[in-house]
Amino acid sequence: MQRQRWPSLGALYYALLALFMYLPIVVLVVFAFNDSPLMVFPLKGFTLQWFRALGQATEMLKALRNSLLLGITSSLVATLLGTMAAIATMRYRFALKGLFLAVASMPLVIPYVVLGVALLILFSTVGVPLSLFTVGVGHVIISVPYVMLIVAARLAGFPASLEEAAQDLGASYWLTLWRVVLPIAAPAIMSAFLTSFTTSFDEFAVSFFLTGTDTTLPVYVYSQLRFPNRLPIVVTLSAIVMVCSVALLLLAEWLRTRGEPATRRVKQ
Amino acid sequence: MNTRGRLWVLIGPPAIVLLAFFVLPMINMGSFSLRQGSFGAARQLWTIEHYRAFAANEAFQRLLLRSTWLALATSLLTVILAYPVAYHLAFKAGGRRMTLMMLLLVPAWTSFLLRILAWKLILGSEGLFSVALQALGLMQEPRPILLYTPTAVVVALVYSWLPFVALPIFAALQRIDVRLLEAAADLGCPPWRAFVRVTLPLSVPGVAAGFFFVFIPTLGEWVTPALVGGADGVMYGNIIQDQFARALNWPMGSLMSLVMLAAMLGLLGLLVGLARLLRLDLEVV
Amino acid sequence: MSGLAVELVGLTKTFGGAKGDEVNVAAVRGVDLGIQAGEFFTLLGPSGCGKTTTLRLIAGFETPTAGEVLIEGRPMSQVPAHRRPVNMVFQNYALFPHLTVAENVAFGPRVRGMARAERDRRVQEALELVRLPDVGRRKPAQLSGGQQQRVALARALINEPAVLLLDEPLGALDLKLRKRMQVELKHLQQEVGITFVYVTHDQEEALAMSDRIAVMNDGMVLQVGTPVEVYERPATRFVADFIGETNFLPAQVALREGDGLWLTLEGGRLLARQPAEALQQGQAVTLALRPEKIDLAPSNAGGLGGVVQEVVYIGTDTRFVVRLASGAQVVARLQNIGERGLGEFGVGDAVTLLCAPADVHVLNN
Repeated sequence: MQRQRWPSLGALYYALLALFMYLPIVVLVVFAFNDSPLMVFPLKGFTLQWFRALGQATEMLKALRNSLLLGITSSLVATLLGTMAAIATMRYRFALKGLFLAVASMPLVIPYVVLGVALLILFSTVGVPLSLFTVGVGHVIISVPYVMLIVAARLAGFPASLEEAAQDLGASYWLTLWRVVLPIAAPAIMSAFLTSFTTSFDEFAVSFFLTGTDTTLPVYVYSQLRFPNRLPIVVTLSAIVMVCSVALLLLAEWLRTRGEPATRRVKQ
Repeated sequence: MNTRGRLWVLIGPPAIVLLAFFVLPMINMGSFSLRQGSFGAARQLWTIEHYRAFAANEAFQRLLLRSTWLALATSLLTVILAYPVAYHLAFKAGGRRMTLMMLLLVPAWTSFLLRILAWKLILGSEGLFSVALQALGLMQEPRPILLYTPTAVVVALVYSWLPFVALPIFAALQRIDVRLLEAAADLGCPPWRAFVRVTLPLSVPGVAAGFFFVFIPTLGEWVTPALVGGADGVMYGNIIQDQFARALNWPMGSLMSLVMLAAMLGLLGLLVGLARLLRLDLEVV
Repeated sequence: MSGLAVELVGLTKTFGGAKGDEVNVAAVRGVDLGIQAGEFFTLLGPSGCGKTTTLRLIAGFETPTAGEVLIEGRPMSQVPAHRRPVNMVFQNYALFPHLTVAENVAFGPRVRGMARAERDRRVQEALELVRLPDVGRRKPAQLSGGQQQRVALARALINEPAVLLLDEPLGALDLKLRKRMQVELKHLQQEVGITFVYVTHDQEEALAMSDRIAVMNDGMVLQVGTPVEVYERPATRFVADFIGETNFLPAQVALREGDGLWLTLEGGRLLARQPAEALQQGQAVTLALRPEKIDLAPSNAGGLGGVVQEVVYIGTDTRFVVRLASGAQVVARLQNIGERGLGEFGVGDAVTLLCAPADVHVLNN
């Protein structure tokens, strides 16, 4: 009796929660098709004008481009630095390792507003003008600890003897890193990169303090929140971005499951 | 290249970047809290007047206290709401687990700012709830539902964090060996007691990870209160932001940031200490 | 106490069967067993034979597809695992990692609401019973494998179950410790007098410890008997093969002689004791011969002849591989005592295989 009652209760809760999670999303998507510049209920009718207007929203598209560029660059840098740090801390012994780990993971426990203003003051003190570069620095600092954690967890999962074996077979240390360590850690590195990218692409609290004249998409969106009649276009763009990311996600999942039968066959 | 050399090549760049763009800014911010003004000559003058002003300003302290309370409430509520989700995913979902997990994560892929905006559209005076209640005759004139209150801040934040809290709890639950639950049943535990005595304690690391994952950013939050909090929903992060965006009192802002850092680290220490006292294994950073 | 502690009636468990599963796997197929109170009973079989599933059905972790489990005469189909008067020692012990050793052992009494003082006393007793009186405050992870094993025992025994279920409890220990624990477990069982149902795939372990053994394969019980019975009189070829080493030789029934039966093989003949079941003349059967029951004699002694092909010294014994005229190979083991064993025969020597009629087992094909 208990066995039959519980799953349905859990499933019911899950369904309610899904409703809670999707209600705002649905509201946003609905307004992308609503025939009114004002985002209020009741709805006014169906329109595609916001999609047509998207092409003319040059400032927003520029912010989108900036965000994509910044996301890719800062994630690449953060992934590189974080992976190096992970290999160093997992495979070497050195005097200040504890201190290094503590400092490197500090950004995880520091509110973004503090990080943002601290960097703002630094750049101002040193005389570096605010730009996409300064935003990128903030994003790199945010992402490095995540990359370190993800990659280190993967490195902990396989023994250092693999590296010793490669070197025993004549590979130099750097070749070993390239041919053995990186391929094994590749899934973790890829996932670290994606995590960094999505963080950077959606990051606002730090970016707000460090943006110059070239804005990122979230900073642009924030500036538009005060002008209600421009919001429908913003919402439309974000609906498109969401559909694209979900499509990417499904594609990745499809590729993954499509690859599976082959590997299963090999195992058998 | 010897081992030392390789180590330097690997650790050097991340260490330099962290020193230059994390340690240095923090130290610099500390020293900035002792300057007189934000720009020009005032920046070169040293003073402790901001410390006096902060100590004298009870409103600041009240706000810090209230933000802490709000962050605690948000974190607890999120954990409580996320736990059954994680439990369902880990133990009951079976073959539909991946699908259900995706279902949970997809909303999180929408812009953070727009998800908060969506709550404005739902809770506003001409929003979904208000219009629906009027249509049902339960409300006479357009009125915001919860919008511009601390509750709206909590709702929006819980909404944003929920999937990210469910994941670590799910991971912790999934690591539990089912034989431990069988052992509990074997030793006479009915299911609910096995949950309390075995499942719950063993999921503490995931719960703690989820809790801190929410607590830390929420304590420093300023965007959500700025958008849906109204006058009553202002948080400590907002007054920091204000010092830089409007008041342009950077030294005071630096001091406030330092206070928040101290409060944050102090609270984390307190919570971790408390957990240790209760003999819970946290295994978090 | 007498009577049946556990009775299994037509017990069947089929896995799968849910939508999407390609095959239904019958893990346990119509098992009937009666386990006496106070008995050390072993379920023995290769992995996948259904022995662990049978144990889990008794514990209540699995629901039978058909049939019934009775514990002390009470049907268990409506009794959930946590209300059954049995306790289990799990394969990898399943000690609660978040609780200390003492808390682990106290788990059962605490759940049953035993008063604190009484509980503490019992925990100490249980830990002393397994000879670990001083580790109560430690966490399981701080103990060695052997110690964890004992804690798991104490945690189960403290509840004074009607039946203690043990799922390959020594599987994770190294050989030496394993041997020691076998002796200790047996003593412990005699000391506490609780019925043990023990699952293992290790035939030596089963022979050394059990009062009775049920040999299982493919979800079915093939033979139930004392260690002597299953070893000396295996009921099927599988049992003979699984327990100990056995030579299998095809033969034909020749003629009856008193209470004996002559069997002809290619290359000679052997006398067996008359088996219980009636066999007809000319019927094809299989002979099962244990290597240690075969004696070798110089050729021309009549009987079954062959040529020594391989001689291996293994300490206590010498192992001879003899090739028969049919091409079949027979392994014989001679103890190295005095003139016997090593050096008695060399490779290439023609020998005669001798076997007492009582040690020649005739298996109906």
